[in-house]
Amino acid sequence: MATPQVTGDALASNMLAPPAANRSFARSRERALPFLLLVPSALFLVIFFAVPMVQALILSIHSPDGAWTLQYFERMVRDVNFTDAVRNTFLIILVAIPLQFLFAIVMGLLLQNKLRGSSLFLYFWAIPLAVSDLAAGLVWLAIFGDRGFVNSFLRTTGIAPIAFSWLSYENYGTLLMAVVIAEVWRATAIVMVIVVAGLQLIPPDYMEAAEVFGASRWQRIWHVQLPLIRPSLQVALILRTILAFQVFAVVIALAGRAMPVLASEAYNRYGELNPNGAAAYAFLILTISLITTIVYLIVLRTSEEEMGQ
Amino acid sequence: MSAKTGTINPPRSTVDVPPLNTAANKPTLAKTLGRLGLYVAAIAISMFFLCPIYLITISAFSPQKEIFAYPKALIPQSLTAETVLFFWNATGVQASLVNSVIVGTLTVIFALLVGAPAGYSLARFIFRGRDSYKLLILTTRAFPIVILSIPLAVNYISWNMYDTLWGVAFAHTAMALPTTILVTASIFIGVPRELEEAAQTLGCNRALAFIKVAMPLALPGLAAAAIFTFALSWNETFAATILTQRNRTLPALILSQIADVGAPLPYRFAAGFFLIAPSLLFIFIMRRYLFGMWGQVVK
Amino acid sequence: MNKLNSRPLWALLGTILVVSLALAGCAAPGTVPTLTPPTAAPAAQPAGATATLPPPTPNGGIIFHSSQFAPVNEAETMRNVILKGAPMLVDFQPQATGPYVDIPLAQQKAGKITIAVIGGQHGDFPAFVNAGLLDDLTPLLEKLSDRGFPETYLTLGKMGTDKQYYIPWAQATYIMAANKDALQYLPEGADINALTYEQLTEWAKAAQEGTGQRVLGLPVGPQGLIHRFWQGYLYPSYTGTQVGGFKSPEAVKMWTDFKELWKYVNPASTNYNNMSEPLQTGEVLIAWDHIARLKAALEANPDQYVTFPAPAGPAGRGYMPVLTGLAIPVGGPNRAEAEQLITYLTDPKTQTLVAQNLGFFPVVASADTSDLPPGVKLEADAIATLQGSADALPALLPVGLGAKGGDWNKVYNDTFQRIVIKGEDIQTVLNEQGAVMQSILDEVKAACWPPDAPSEGPCQVK
Repeated sequence: MATPQVTGDALASNMLAPPAANRSFARSRERALPFLLLVPSALFLVIFFAVPMVQALILSIHSPDGAWTLQYFERMVRDVNFTDAVRNTFLIILVAIPLQFLFAIVMGLLLQNKLRGSSLFLYFWAIPLAVSDLAAGLVWLAIFGDRGFVNSFLRTTGIAPIAFSWLSYENYGTLLMAVVIAEVWRATAIVMVIVVAGLQLIPPDYMEAAEVFGASRWQRIWHVQLPLIRPSLQVALILRTILAFQVFAVVIALAGRAMPVLASEAYNRYGELNPNGAAAYAFLILTISLITTIVYLIVLRTSEEEMGQ
Repeated sequence: MSAKTGTINPPRSTVDVPPLNTAANKPTLAKTLGRLGLYVAAIAISMFFLCPIYLITISAFSPQKEIFAYPKALIPQSLTAETVLFFWNATGVQASLVNSVIVGTLTVIFALLVGAPAGYSLARFIFRGRDSYKLLILTTRAFPIVILSIPLAVNYISWNMYDTLWGVAFAHTAMALPTTILVTASIFIGVPRELEEAAQTLGCNRALAFIKVAMPLALPGLAAAAIFTFALSWNETFAATILTQRNRTLPALILSQIADVGAPLPYRFAAGFFLIAPSLLFIFIMRRYLFGMWGQVVK
Repeated sequence: MNKLNSRPLWALLGTILVVSLALAGCAAPGTVPTLTPPTAAPAAQPAGATATLPPPTPNGGIIFHSSQFAPVNEAETMRNVILKGAPMLVDFQPQATGPYVDIPLAQQKAGKITIAVIGGQHGDFPAFVNAGLLDDLTPLLEKLSDRGFPETYLTLGKMGTDKQYYIPWAQATYIMAANKDALQYLPEGADINALTYEQLTEWAKAAQEGTGQRVLGLPVGPQGLIHRFWQGYLYPSYTGTQVGGFKSPEAVKMWTDFKELWKYVNPASTNYNNMSEPLQTGEVLIAWDHIARLKAALEANPDQYVTFPAPAGPAGRGYMPVLTGLAIPVGGPNRAEAEQLITYLTDPKTQTLVAQNLGFFPVVASADTSDLPPGVKLEADAIATLQGSADALPALLPVGLGAKGGDWNKVYNDTFQRIVIKGEDIQTVLNEQGAVMQSILDEVKAACWPPDAPSEGPCQVK
């Protein structure tokens, strides 16, 4: 028993029959248990996530002939689509995310109202949670395409007999609108779920107390519910923003080449057999995501004391 | 973590909250109108979310002639399985469907085997750095998965795992793992630890107490987490595309058909329907557990 | 207590970081360019594990490694229709571009070649030739003398040497297709089979005025093949070159004309990856694309469409033949059977079978193409018309760019984006993009390819 092996078997046998002479050892085992339980997941993430991630990051600063270089970043910044991609990415985020949160909060509050058929509404609203980017892109293209359902509707009703190109690069406004609508449709559900989960954590007596003191519905929402779900909103905001930086399947489906975003540029570089260029974009997305997360954490700081816990 | 968080049960949903018994409950005209407004809002939102699903469904069940027609009818003139069958019988579809199911199942197994212990650890033990580990797991989402696939493909070739369903399942597991860990953690938090401790005092050791007490209680939640993981794998397109050549999963097959050769429109609509239809089922099964699964992620 | 407990976590995190860095570090340098298994972590990998993809369903046949017919349905057709009649079992293994180039090179490096036959596009072969991977097939070609391969194709297969590195396999190209509804707008006096770019512009303009929509479509989407339009059609037609005249005054005229044409192009074109879809929905009435990407529309409704060659410009009727060939690696297994497979694939009957089922056209004179499905027949007719045109000017797919092929196409796409979409000054853009082209040519040391005159050393953008 000189150097105990940290293996599952040793652990199991140790748990089954803790040797009396080895109490302190058993206790250290007990202390190590939480970490041992983390080991498989950590190992898995190392092999299938961390290693390829580091490899990808190395790709962005390492050329095929073996030299360390910044050329891929220079080329990225000079690229004809770079500023457009940055602008479009941030624009989509700035427009879509507030809308997603507005929708999600409204939906969450509606669900709190004990409407008949609440669970049915919840079911409908949560469906996009399990719909893939690819499918969402297919569906929304069928809606906004030149010969899509929107134009069909406008034509049958006689509102606009000539088809309008919603997705044309010439109509940047409608193109952006289509992308934002598709994004709101696709990604509001997860925010809603987190918001509702947060609302449910509010003890009912808080609301009752507010009502007894004569707070109106709006006052209750504004002064009780929203402040109390702030931690939920913070998590949802971080998650949504991080994921939004990676949005590209829906954008490519709807806008093709007309609306480059950071992640679609990365994907295109890969398609051009230029994994180094793709990796440079990945590096950029990672950096922006991390910075945003930190900014959110600082700006929206909710200390335990503030939460009264 | 206060005791409060520990006692919230996953399946509890808003519907179950007992109504407040206050005098204000007496209906007035303003109240009724307000209530009506709430229904209108809820129905309008539902229509927004259902509309695309309705449209893809009627397209998938319209005869091919109507699919190419313009303007398209918003209410189907006639229904037929012709389009869906055309897709169903297209080369590779059935095989890739089987592949998708295999990959999804493997992913669920791997993710739970590897992720659930970690979730349990995060739920049951209070140790320094626990929050950091959670944050670390959460931030793995900041890295674009698409880019991960490139080095992974190279590694797979040298590990002889390229173009295998195992390989795709491993990649999907890595993608699903962060969520699986956090979600299983939420589920185990919902299982009162006192029960486990009671079992231990009654002579069960820790492992036995877990298996006999915690597991059965957590099972419904774990099943929901499994479906969630399956859905993630079912929907994943790009890793599956890059890591396979012959053994395509359904989305990978559809993507390559649509992008490269321009699959005919009926194929597109039927494909979209085939991709979306299972998600209706997934969410239907999961909906009661959604908040339990995600509720604790917040904490 | 707390402090003590935190240690294992940090140890874990530290280990994760160190291990990842170490693992990644030893694997990364080799992994760089495309999906390159060969040099990936040579020390860390057991020798046997390096190279081959595991044949997923080995049927015991000889391995036919191909960049062609990779989409699942085409691969299935290859296996179940085309190769069924082969005199031996064949394990058909189509690959994406990256692995297609990397796997044979990796096997060569590992000294264990399992591939019997390689099938790919002309432009893919230089990488193999440069590595000394391909065998001289002149003796085999002599046995196939009755096939009637076009002399130009045989010359291409020699890759500028006196050795026959590949044997022509099948060909494809890009053509135009129009919905018959658009024919009423064809300018008077214009012969649809001998259009000029000027007439195409007039036609598209008239069609827009008539229908109220812009009905000319081009595959400018992210997966579209529009770069071939500039490389193999517009540039040769206006400048007689693909590379040399990139920034010439003729090129400036070409882009000016193209900007004019673009006014009548459906703006949703930046979303089209293939033209069969918009043709089928009717949002596009006139289109240019690869025959494989028009096929679905033509097959679905052959009576509704006409096909015709792409227009001509001042320097001729530029077009891009896509030639595929078959090669045998030096030291590969099953040599006799490999030669038999090539013999089988170039048999006129097999060639007809490929045309009927896959829409790639025969390279042997004796193949019978009278009995084609109507959609494929439309395409065959357009190709025949094209090849019969007096002013036809074939322009090859880029040759010898290897993994830089993507960067090369991006030059054309970026040029388009800047000149047409962003409206930048044509000459300035051409000068800048020309410099990028030159740096690619210098880097891979690629000589000029037709229609540019052969060059000593890297091709020069003048």
